[in-house]
Amino acid sequence: MREMQRDLTIIGGGPAGLAAAIKAWKLGIESITLIDESERLGGVLPQCIHTGFGLHYFGEDLTGPEFAARLIGRLKETDVEVLGGAYAAEINVKPDSFKEVYGYRYGEAFKIKSKAIIYAAGCRERTRFEAGILGERPSGVYTAGEAQTLMDIYGILPGKEIVIVGSGDVGLIMARRFALEGAKVKGVIEIMPYPGGLIRNIVQCLEDFGIPLYLSHAVAEVKGSRRVESVKVMKVDGNLKPIGPGFEIKCDAVILAVGLRPRIELLARAGALIDDATGGPIVNDWLETSIPGVFAAGNVLVVNDLVDYAAEQGERAAESAFKLISEGDLTRSGAKPLIRGRNVRLIVPQLVSCLQDVVFYGRVSAPEENVAIRFEEIGKIFRLPAVRPPEMFRVKVPASDLLRLRCEKLTVNVMRLEA
Amino acid sequence: MMPPAEGQNTREITCIICPLGCTLRVLLKGEGVIKVEGNRCQRGIIYAQGEVKPRRTLITVVKVYGGELPVVSVKTSKPIPKDLIPEAMKVISRVSVKAPVKAGDVIVENLLGLGTDVIATRDVKAV
Repeated sequence: MREMQRDLTIIGGGPAGLAAAIKAWKLGIESITLIDESERLGGVLPQCIHTGFGLHYFGEDLTGPEFAARLIGRLKETDVEVLGGAYAAEINVKPDSFKEVYGYRYGEAFKIKSKAIIYAAGCRERTRFEAGILGERPSGVYTAGEAQTLMDIYGILPGKEIVIVGSGDVGLIMARRFALEGAKVKGVIEIMPYPGGLIRNIVQCLEDFGIPLYLSHAVAEVKGSRRVESVKVMKVDGNLKPIGPGFEIKCDAVILAVGLRPRIELLARAGALIDDATGGPIVNDWLETSIPGVFAAGNVLVVNDLVDYAAEQGERAAESAFKLISEGDLTRSGAKPLIRGRNVRLIVPQLVSCLQDVVFYGRVSAPEENVAIRFEEIGKIFRLPAVRPPEMFRVKVPASDLLRLRCEKLTVNVMRLEA
Repeated sequence: MMPPAEGQNTREITCIICPLGCTLRVLLKGEGVIKVEGNRCQRGIIYAQGEVKPRRTLITVVKVYGGELPVVSVKTSKPIPKDLIPEAMKVISRVSVKAPVKAGDVIVENLLGLGTDVIATRDVKAV
């Protein structure tokens, strides 16, 4: 077994891992290894050929491959060691000791001992079975990410008559890609009464191409013996229960965009506490998991809707890792839990020390207009014209406000304001 | 809104400037905006004016010969008129390039005479 000893190990070479590696090196961490299961860095970015990346982080509207190339270019100016084709199999942490990452690379086992780990393994797509889509199992059922890989990396069109399940951004983007490449997109089926993606994508991916959006509808069943022949679509009631006889849409491919899940298995096995709301690890304001010295950033922490946020979290985790490595410890005592109040579906970080500025990322449960995000116990308010579940809110609360917290918790509510 | 007079017409568009997503009712005469309703801020009016003749950055892939990958991702260097997208796709679908390709390479010059190029957005190495 190949054994290595490093200051920092970064798991995942997507936007969060890359931004973390660059930042960590700039801050002065000397020996850094970044591992990724792919030989190609950038995570999901290389296949996201549309624009909309980097408006915050680079101040420019870039495509996914361009965003990735910028980060990879910056990484090449550093001495960060990159191990591609490396699969992390286990994280082993003993208290007050080195953190160990065990894995495999080209059939050879390795062990990296380091003072800190940044875990940035991203998320995975939910499957048809997780979304409760029954029926036969013909070919022609793809996740949106698989369809994207086929079309935009390998130039293969996976079908000609398409039904897309789920109106999250990936589903909408793929609807436009199929329409542009000459396929007929027969509909986007969304179980919720409102679209799951950004308004920009509803307009520019569906309305631009006259693609029908079926809100409050679900795909109950896939039909077809060898190849997909049709899907059975049902209207759903307010409790998302199917009603009515339903109808069929003929198609030769079904594209699933039914949500993303943080890839936490390794963290959870190592003992990290998981937040049911985000599906990711519970972190403090250092973005440190419940395992001291193991930090999380990007879509494994919380499924972000902007790559800019993933990169920002990577940088934040790097700053924390630097502090831990250079000073030997972080101030964690007295961390207070965040309480999700009215219309708050999730919030990250879940614990705050109240000693430093904190950027909070959150999502609401239901769309609402003319609201304020209110941090109750410190009376801090952020007014917003509207909140929608698909659009994350990001607010920065300064340490000077957090210092006022005298309770053992900090409650976040979305309040309605008078018009 | 008053019914449109002779030579005028109305169009409904969704504002994408903020999460409110206002439904804008735009009264048009030719290509001139006469009135916008349904907007809850001034930005909606500016957005509506831009959407009378909407433009979009076109994103697709182009065939590559002799490369590590069979296609390269491309974009138009500037947004092009939305109604020319089908015609633009026809032109681009007939194009192929030889590896190596560098991000920023011009794949189609002066697309449809619009003064806009189609440029590569990633590297594809030759193999």
